[in-house]
Amino acid sequence: MTAALSVRSLSKTFTMHLRDGVVLPVVENVDFEVHAGECVVLGGPSGAGKSSILKMVYGNYGVDGGQILLAHDGAEIDLATADPRLVLTLRRDTIAYVSQFLRTVPRVSALDVVAEPLVIRGVDKSEAQERAKALLARLNLPERLWSLPPATFSGGEQQRVNIARGFITDHKVLLLDEPTASLDATNRAVVVEMIAQKKAAGTALLGIFHDEEVRQQVADRIVDVTAFAPRIAA
Amino acid sequence: MSEQPLLRVEGLSKYYGNRLGCTDVSFELWPGEVLAIVGESGSGKTTLLNCLSTHLEPSSGRTEYRMRDEVWRNLYELSEAERRFLMRTDWGFVHQNPADGLRMTVSAGANVGERLMAVGDRHYGHIRDTAVDWLGRVEIAADRIDDQPRSFSGGMRQRLQIARNLVTGPRLVFMDEPTGGLDVSVQARLLDLLRGLVGELGLAAIIVTHDLAVARLLSHRMMVMKDGRVIEAGLTDRVLDDPREPYTQLLVSSILQV
Repeated sequence: MTAALSVRSLSKTFTMHLRDGVVLPVVENVDFEVHAGECVVLGGPSGAGKSSILKMVYGNYGVDGGQILLAHDGAEIDLATADPRLVLTLRRDTIAYVSQFLRTVPRVSALDVVAEPLVIRGVDKSEAQERAKALLARLNLPERLWSLPPATFSGGEQQRVNIARGFITDHKVLLLDEPTASLDATNRAVVVEMIAQKKAAGTALLGIFHDEEVRQQVADRIVDVTAFAPRIAA
Repeated sequence: MSEQPLLRVEGLSKYYGNRLGCTDVSFELWPGEVLAIVGESGSGKTTLLNCLSTHLEPSSGRTEYRMRDEVWRNLYELSEAERRFLMRTDWGFVHQNPADGLRMTVSAGANVGERLMAVGDRHYGHIRDTAVDWLGRVEIAADRIDDQPRSFSGGMRQRLQIARNLVTGPRLVFMDEPTGGLDVSVQARLLDLLRGLVGELGLAAIIVTHDLAVARLLSHRMMVMKDGRVIEAGLTDRVLDDPREPYTQLLVSSILQV
């Protein structure tokens, strides 16, 4: 069985041109796979490159070498070398990402933020909004907030909007960057349950979870990112 | 998704005498795609926009456009009549200064209606209804339809200019610093409006801006220009979050955090 996501020999450095071209190695030889229906967790201390790996897999960071193979539309596509247009198609149809912080757009309501990934796919707007409402209700976001732009929401409220936006579609691959970091115990439990449902539905999940308890509940496997530490210093 | 690009640009260069405007620019633009061209003053981004929109003739290189009848035409070989027809129907151009894109001494309604008449609409009632509809879409109250844009605020003028450009259902819109010179709150409203309309209508757009936040909000893809050359290009969030070139890193690191 081919994996939903295969990362092969991925390497990344940052070159800081504003600091005399200092080269910061981030990771090298990153190799792992995520299969349908499992949740793989990236483990390791802060600064080990977990978020960078997630961002590369989403195409948000470029890579220096290696492959990011995604099963998309019956074919295997290398996101690492895909052109921008293809990356956007992959994001629309195959790979979704719950970032740690919500990037808000002035005047766009929480409900529309959540519904947008469905609307982009051509789902009728009212149906998309119904599904958005159901998710926001499940995540206990007070109904009076739904029609407001999330810019002024608390960290935990914004995070729940972000989670709802990431979970609303049936993307085959879902990336999660500390989705429970700002949540209380009740909502953490909701997210754990939502992750379990995604797994049951055959979604491949790749995430970062600092919360030990959540990690134990959701992880099928932990990939130790320190194994990908670059051997040579700059 | 359409299988063909809308615009193909190859090796486009423009020199003003010995001075370089822009050089060796190549890219493709696809239907529904928004491309931001960023860079500071003098980087050649406006020269490039003016060449693409046929306001300037390039010194070398070609730009081909897929017309509505699916025929590819070299833009610099169009007759003047064909060029004008394209500009009035299938294209829009949103100027930084609304006064450059509006007729300031005719009513708001006529500013919108005029473009419709240019594409052959002769029914007064229909033209007026469409104008009212478009003023509503850009959040201008219907009771301002008979007022001249001279009496409008800067933000309203810019929204009117956008309505005037979009009323004919263009497939490609050029924008030159569309939010430049507006207060931030007015800017936010305009950006949200543009973002909504571009998405809803599936427009392709080329937006010149020096404001990276505008590029982030509106564009799928961006090109960074410096000294007349495209020095970095790619997916907008990739270029902004993982800039490679020294100049792009400088631009990104110069954004003020609020």
